[in-house]
Amino acid sequence: MAILLGSTVIGADLFLSGCTNEHTQQILLSDTQIGYLNEVAETILPKTAASDGAKAANVGLFMKTMVKDCYSDEERKVFFSGLDELEKASEKAYGKGFISCNAQERRKLLIALDAEAKDYRKKNDLLQQKEAERQKSSQASGKPNYLKKTPPAHYFAMIKQLTLLGYFTSETGYASIGYVQVPGRYDGDVTHQV
Amino acid sequence: MAENTYDAIVIGSGISGGWAAKELTGKGLKTLMLERGRNYEHIKDYKYGTKPPWEAPHRGSTTKEQQEKYPVIHRGWAANEAVMECWTNEQESPYTEIKPFTWWRSYQLGGRSTLWGRQSYRWSDFDFEANAKEGWAIDWPLRYKDIAPWYDYVEKFAGISGNKDGLAHLPDGHFLPPVNLNIVEKDIAVRLKKYYKEQRHLINGRVANLTEAIPGRTQCQFRDRCWEGCPFGGYFSTQSSTLPAAVATGNLTVRPWSIVTRILYDKDKKRATGVEILDAETNQTHEYYAKIIFLNASALNSAWVLMNSATDVWKGGLGSSSGELGHNIMDHHYNLGASGSVEGFEDHFIYGRRPTGFYIPRFANLYSDKREFTRGFGYQGGASRDSWSREIAELNIGGEFKDALSQPGNWNIGMTGFGEILPYHENRISLDPNRKDKWGLPVLAMDAELKDNEKKMRTAITTEAANMLDVAGVKNIRTWDSGHAMGHGIHEMGSARMGADPKSSVLNQHNQVWDALNVFVTDGACMTSSSCVNPSLTYMALTARACEFAVAELKKGNI
Repeated sequence: MAILLGSTVIGADLFLSGCTNEHTQQILLSDTQIGYLNEVAETILPKTAASDGAKAANVGLFMKTMVKDCYSDEERKVFFSGLDELEKASEKAYGKGFISCNAQERRKLLIALDAEAKDYRKKNDLLQQKEAERQKSSQASGKPNYLKKTPPAHYFAMIKQLTLLGYFTSETGYASIGYVQVPGRYDGDVTHQV
Repeated sequence: MAENTYDAIVIGSGISGGWAAKELTGKGLKTLMLERGRNYEHIKDYKYGTKPPWEAPHRGSTTKEQQEKYPVIHRGWAANEAVMECWTNEQESPYTEIKPFTWWRSYQLGGRSTLWGRQSYRWSDFDFEANAKEGWAIDWPLRYKDIAPWYDYVEKFAGISGNKDGLAHLPDGHFLPPVNLNIVEKDIAVRLKKYYKEQRHLINGRVANLTEAIPGRTQCQFRDRCWEGCPFGGYFSTQSSTLPAAVATGNLTVRPWSIVTRILYDKDKKRATGVEILDAETNQTHEYYAKIIFLNASALNSAWVLMNSATDVWKGGLGSSSGELGHNIMDHHYNLGASGSVEGFEDHFIYGRRPTGFYIPRFANLYSDKREFTRGFGYQGGASRDSWSREIAELNIGGEFKDALSQPGNWNIGMTGFGEILPYHENRISLDPNRKDKWGLPVLAMDAELKDNEKKMRTAITTEAANMLDVAGVKNIRTWDSGHAMGHGIHEMGSARMGADPKSSVLNQHNQVWDALNVFVTDGACMTSSSCVNPSLTYMALTARACEFAVAELKKGNI
């Protein structure tokens, strides 16, 4: 059903990018950075009355695994320079780093970055229209278009996507959606949510 | 020599090879099953199938290393961390794409039977008679009545769930209770039936998942994690079904890491005498001998084995005398369909995760429906509620955002078309004279493509999908067509087709190679046309049928 979701995981097409593997052995994120990313992630998906937040799911550590193993060099570059940019944005808005901000400031900052990432995507989408037209004509001639390549996302889109993926596929996240490991049956019409 | 001699050799351990091993051992034949890849034991070797999903370190994403190692698998949806080791190492076993060809291979015990989509449909005489009626290629040497009892036979053992829908073009079978449609699908089924005056049907997917336990296997637990390996044996695979039955006879020997390089042929007796294998681990060559050989190496690799065999007698290999070996490559073309959103069911939810969805059987070019192309297509699809991966326009981050994503989103529905591909002589595979695999063996070169009939059909597939969603009241309908490289449908077939005449076919009506009657090919290679329904159930039935015939012929001394 992935087709229906209409979303792709960043890094899914990077096998085409032709980058080398040279950084995969390095420790790319320090424990401090993991802690930092956990704070950012917690601002995106905080603990609520209903469920634990991203920090409880240690999403920062998941980000490290994904960036190390699944990101292309190009995407890693965007991700890491993004961490600097996030700090700069925080300095600019509040005259202090993200960790020094209170919850309200963190939230406001990330809402602004989310808007920036969405604008960036819109611009990218426009740039890709030509590419889409090219693909359309290749479809008309029956040729597959699996060689398409999409430009890297905005750094905050990466962080947000990793947060969502890392959270909702963690044990904590699965608990939040009421995941039952072995349902034992299928009921296609439940009138109250189980 | 005696220790290397068996009554029967089965080459390959996938769906059809597993069936051949079960049937032959069940009839008392000492049988050697050769698998070119690793052993892959039921339950024990299911790396993630027995663990909670959050224990996969990348939660399904593949690593950069895997992306580089398996570029073909990454063209489609099958690149998932949980099953990457089940796919063939593409660096060790390359192939040549004269035209784009996406080949999904699993070189391990059970082949693709642990990974398959499990959709199981019978063919009808609309399929078996189509070539003859239209003058396309050659006629099938059998009809529905010849295979119907064998469909019954394999369905009873494999365990196919489905509803008896009473459609002549999609015959009912021996079914376990169906996996249910959900409330949205049921509603749409009623609307389609009414609008199209019972000429189109949305039915329960018929699937090789157990809705009731059968001896030795537990019923499906609705985890929807089949391909990771099911510890319950809830779906049909070699491992869960045919292999334990074959082992229980005491007549089976399994040899993994055995690449069959050629079938040994005695030109005086005009019979195969055995096979030569290359041990994939030691690089040593061995010979094994048997009275009958079942070739079930998968549609394209079975042709490879034949093309690499008896070349001193026939330059093109064993079974090449007709000039059809390696030709007439087919598949089902897909990667296209339509989806949309459904309103009015916000208070209805789903419990459990189905291993299937709905099926819309073929309607094009049936009865009064006439098209500008020939043959037809079906759709697989499902309705469901959006998950956490959706976007929520009015929310961006925060607790409200998280709590909203934790709840099911809007209902949506989507369907993917699967279209028949005609057998074209010029769609072919051959041994690449310039390229070798890790073991120094020639690799296959693929030279096959969709032609006008398929392209016209693709336009109808998306148009009709959108039409049906529209009349069913679905909103925000969008269609997609991502193009189709041959092979991408994972239903490759036709490389050694059956026929009534040795001049135009590789196999006769009992799947015997015309040029060596004790060699039987019963996987996708044998197909004379492709229908538009998933083919595996037909391979099972043809295999069981051929095994019965083979043993009878052996007893009569005919082979």
